[in-house]
Amino acid sequence: MSKQHVKMTVNGTEVEGDIEARTLLIHFLRENIGLTGPHIGCETSHCGACTVDIDGRSVKSCTLFAVQAQESDITTVEGMASPDGTLHAIQEGFMQEHGLQCGFCTPGMIMRTHRLLKENPDPTDEEIRWGISGNLCRCTGYQNIVKAVRYAAKKLNETTREAAE
Amino acid sequence: MIPGDFEYYRPNSLDEAVQLLATHGDDARVLAGGHSLIPMMKLRLAAPEHLVDLRNIASLSGVSESGGDITIGAMTTQTELITSTVLSEHCPIIRETALLIADPQVRYCGTLGGNVANGDPGNDMPALMQCLGATYILQGPDGMREVEARGFYEAAYFTEMNDGEILTAVRFPTPAAGHGYAYKKLKRKVGDYATAAAAVLLSMKDGNCVSASIALTNVADTPLYAQAASDALVGTTIDAAAIDEAVALAEGITEPASDGRGPAEYRTKMAGVMARRAILEAKERAQ
Repeated sequence: MSKQHVKMTVNGTEVEGDIEARTLLIHFLRENIGLTGPHIGCETSHCGACTVDIDGRSVKSCTLFAVQAQESDITTVEGMASPDGTLHAIQEGFMQEHGLQCGFCTPGMIMRTHRLLKENPDPTDEEIRWGISGNLCRCTGYQNIVKAVRYAAKKLNETTREAAE
Repeated sequence: MIPGDFEYYRPNSLDEAVQLLATHGDDARVLAGGHSLIPMMKLRLAAPEHLVDLRNIASLSGVSESGGDITIGAMTTQTELITSTVLSEHCPIIRETALLIADPQVRYCGTLGGNVANGDPGNDMPALMQCLGATYILQGPDGMREVEARGFYEAAYFTEMNDGEILTAVRFPTPAAGHGYAYKKLKRKVGDYATAAAAVLLSMKDGNCVSASIALTNVADTPLYAQAASDALVGTTIDAAAIDEAVALAEGITEPASDGRGPAEYRTKMAGVMARRAILEAKERAQ
């Protein structure tokens, strides 16, 4: 089978490659361009560890061929912190509230939280739990993950308010 | 977990897509949201040699209401169904159902067309489309044809759709203003298919039920339109006796498998429980 040429923007940088059509996006991200933040967990679109943001949607990158992401704009967990290393408010929330134990689910949790808070900047605890229901934490540390999301929502809303003033 | 290799196509028009399917025959499959097909390809339960991705065909997406009908393009995602103001206003049972499908990430990708065309008895939209009296619009090499959702499903993964055809849209009569509705789904966890689920749509006038429609998910190898159960409500005040009768008639048409979701007898009873709850809530909501 012939190789396909793909081109997409990942964390603000244009990337391209020649790949087999069957290459899943998670493999393209991890192996072709070296971004190992998105994790391979279940590989069956259940666990959410591979979640990345594609054109304003949270997507499980184990269940998308890279060719389907042609010309799209992707953000992975590597694109969240500022270039100077300052953590994004969501990352800070997971740190401050002990929202991770082993850390394996964290990149997916953070990317899902990113889109959830864009769509619903001030979610209730119940909305947070439904919002991250496609992400599994095998350490079962959900209580602190919900707190981390709440922390991030508060901080992001404060930043938005300060900017408006 | 790496699928077999294939040639990938991303046509810009429906004609081009139909042409590609005609050229490659049995070896070609259509790719919509991919959240049923790609897992099957990873398990090598499906190994299409040619994959025709519909995502660039803009005419296949969107929701519109006109002339007493609602039409939804096949590539409209579950998330788009949930956020559609047209559907929230005219047919909120679609939002209620879509919110019970899979999880947020999957709903950003999964499409209405994929959900109804795949023929998986676990999918929720087929029974809902039967409840709504929907018609599926199919495009093939010989042109366009329409098939009723209530006659579309033959067995698990077997439908009226022929090789080479693409389901392009779903159309159904806009439910009457003030109608009552509910979709009730029992499942073991977020993301699971239903142990049993029921869709109910009804209209009340002066305290009497003037129309009713009930359909069931995942309690047979196809979705089930419960005609007799629906009829049992019409002309009644939907009192306890009418509900008991409708529930018994709904349970009577189920033929569930015994599997990880429970023994067949249990799933039949749960279909009845879901139908009962959906009828009660639909009655409550009806104006």
